[in-house]
Amino acid sequence: MSGPAIEVRDVSKRFRVYREKPTSLKQRLLSGRTRADDFWALRDVSFEVAQGGTMALIGSNGSGKSTMLKVIAGILRPTEGLMRERGRIAGLIELGAGFHPELTGRENVYLNLSFLGLSRLEADAVLDDIVAFAELEDFMDTAVKFYSSGMLVRLGFACAVHVDPEIVLIDEVLAVGDEAFQARCLDKVRSFQREGRSIVIVSHALDQVRHLCDHAVMLDHGRVHAVGSPEDVVREMRLTILHHDLEFAREEGSKEVEIVGVELIHHGAPLAGAVPSGDTLTIQIDLRAIEPVEDPVVSFALHDATNAFVFGHDTASGGLELGRLQGMHRIRFDLGPIPVTGGKYWLTLGVHSRDNARVYHVQDERYSFEVQQADGRRDQLTFPVTAEMETL
Amino acid sequence: MTDVTERTSEPPRLRARQRARELWHSREILWNLVRKELKVKYTASVLGAVWSLLNPVVFLAVFTFVTTVLKGGIPNYPAFLLSGLLAWNLFSVSLSNGAQSVIANANLVKKVYFPREILPLGTVGVCLVDFVLQSAVLVVFFLVSGYGFQLGAVWLYPFAFVALLLITTAFTLFVSSLNVRYRDVQHLIGLALLVWFWMTPIVYGAGTVYTSMVHSRFGITAWRIYLLNPLTWVVIGFQRALYHTPDGLKYLAPYSSGQLAIGLSMVCVIAAVAVYLCWRLFFSMSGDFAEEL
Repeated sequence: MSGPAIEVRDVSKRFRVYREKPTSLKQRLLSGRTRADDFWALRDVSFEVAQGGTMALIGSNGSGKSTMLKVIAGILRPTEGLMRERGRIAGLIELGAGFHPELTGRENVYLNLSFLGLSRLEADAVLDDIVAFAELEDFMDTAVKFYSSGMLVRLGFACAVHVDPEIVLIDEVLAVGDEAFQARCLDKVRSFQREGRSIVIVSHALDQVRHLCDHAVMLDHGRVHAVGSPEDVVREMRLTILHHDLEFAREEGSKEVEIVGVELIHHGAPLAGAVPSGDTLTIQIDLRAIEPVEDPVVSFALHDATNAFVFGHDTASGGLELGRLQGMHRIRFDLGPIPVTGGKYWLTLGVHSRDNARVYHVQDERYSFEVQQADGRRDQLTFPVTAEMETL
Repeated sequence: MTDVTERTSEPPRLRARQRARELWHSREILWNLVRKELKVKYTASVLGAVWSLLNPVVFLAVFTFVTTVLKGGIPNYPAFLLSGLLAWNLFSVSLSNGAQSVIANANLVKKVYFPREILPLGTVGVCLVDFVLQSAVLVVFFLVSGYGFQLGAVWLYPFAFVALLLITTAFTLFVSSLNVRYRDVQHLIGLALLVWFWMTPIVYGAGTVYTSMVHSRFGITAWRIYLLNPLTWVVIGFQRALYHTPDGLKYLAPYSSGQLAIGLSMVCVIAAVAVYLCWRLFFSMSGDFAEEL
């Protein structure tokens, strides 16, 4: 097998949005031209999914990711562009596709499996596994209209993960069921990965994306906004969400006290390159108060590459009273041996009143530094350890 | 071996052999859908599939009664009527349900990929099962009543049956694809089938029509036009194969079994071409079903 499992080349998808959809012949004949607006759900999207790769498709609602998945699955036809796929595809666009309420669990399993491309014999072979996976041993001969929604979802997922395709498409199905079930779903996805299947996941669970995938594409208004490692793309996604949805300013405050200079100091010199894990680091902040300000608090926060909060600290909890501030001042946070390993960390700095009622100045994730892990280590954290031995 | 699938913006063109292979791979879906339809149709009803059998039984009872009371007309009328009516049922139910087949399964079409032809074909399949059940009633009736079969004519049955199946498939594919875009089709079908029913010699004998047409102003031309209706061929084929009351033969179409076999073979060829054309139409439209629904 050569070439990527899925190639998407300049794919665009146009939907015609009818103001009043002419579904009858009369309307179509009489109205001459149909009053339709074009809506481009996808615009010049290109990406590849490598053989055996796991790619995440992320984006806010309406960004076109589900449309993209449907184009890959063959449900929708691209308006422009080209798709090339190598191997049998099973699209888990919706769990339990074709489940009919009047049929029993067993009958629905056979029906659903045939949609996923299994023959009767293949279905017979996996039936017991599916029943066990869904934990529905006692309900297989009950019509599914008597199932709870949780049971339905479990049965649907159990069917979905017992198929044998080369390419698996998963649409937001990882967020179902209780935690134990979710964990098993993730295990199953991981075993898909070990078996070398190519996977495309559409998900809103960004942490999952980060852990499961080796590649990510972020769509925004139908266009590719970011491509690359899941860490970078997820971060981009989080920032975009902040920007779009919360109108969150990267910098804000009344600026009675202003952050005018920031320096990261490592071994007495401005930081160049990465900090080895376990080293110390100093955050040096220069403030300027134009008017006198009573008792402000300076704080910082660290976020990791996926924008998850890691650590925060401020002068008040550190027991430092700044008192009345006027003119130029320099604040130094000396970070002890940095316990986190490998990765990029983003620094948010803020000056605010002690009761947090007034924000003088906040710089949101403007500065960053990288922590480097000693070669060959796979720790999540480092902390000082001393080993001792005494002879007894 | 890995299959490479390519999808472009080009409207898909039917490559019949490749598509047929794909359909064959998906046959499991077809069986399952037919099974589902049948089960859903009869589940929660006490009598289940008996309902399907009741239809011809009631027809038999009513018409036996009516013809006994009225006298005259076509002798052994129930046998005559059912010979053609079962074929008509297959055709008409298939068409009116088939028109809805894609729309009724909108949730599937929008959510899963599978060859869309399976939906109308499934409808034909369900109707075929009913046809077989009802034919079983007819056979039992023929045997029990002592009417029996005439071996010299029964061999025509497969000809009529294949023609019926091809015509039904072609029309069902046609209406199911059109109905997605123009919902008028389903209303039109109701009316068209009503007219069509009376244009076809099911409740009356084709022989009677022939006689009156030939003696009318338009002569044989009118009869030829009448024969343009492919279902007329199917129905008179079934009637010739099954109905054999000696003094009723004059009510059948004035053709020998051999002539009918040739006629039906030609109908089969034309219908096969129609199946191909309708399939192509369906296929080229099916790419957009998920959007149109």
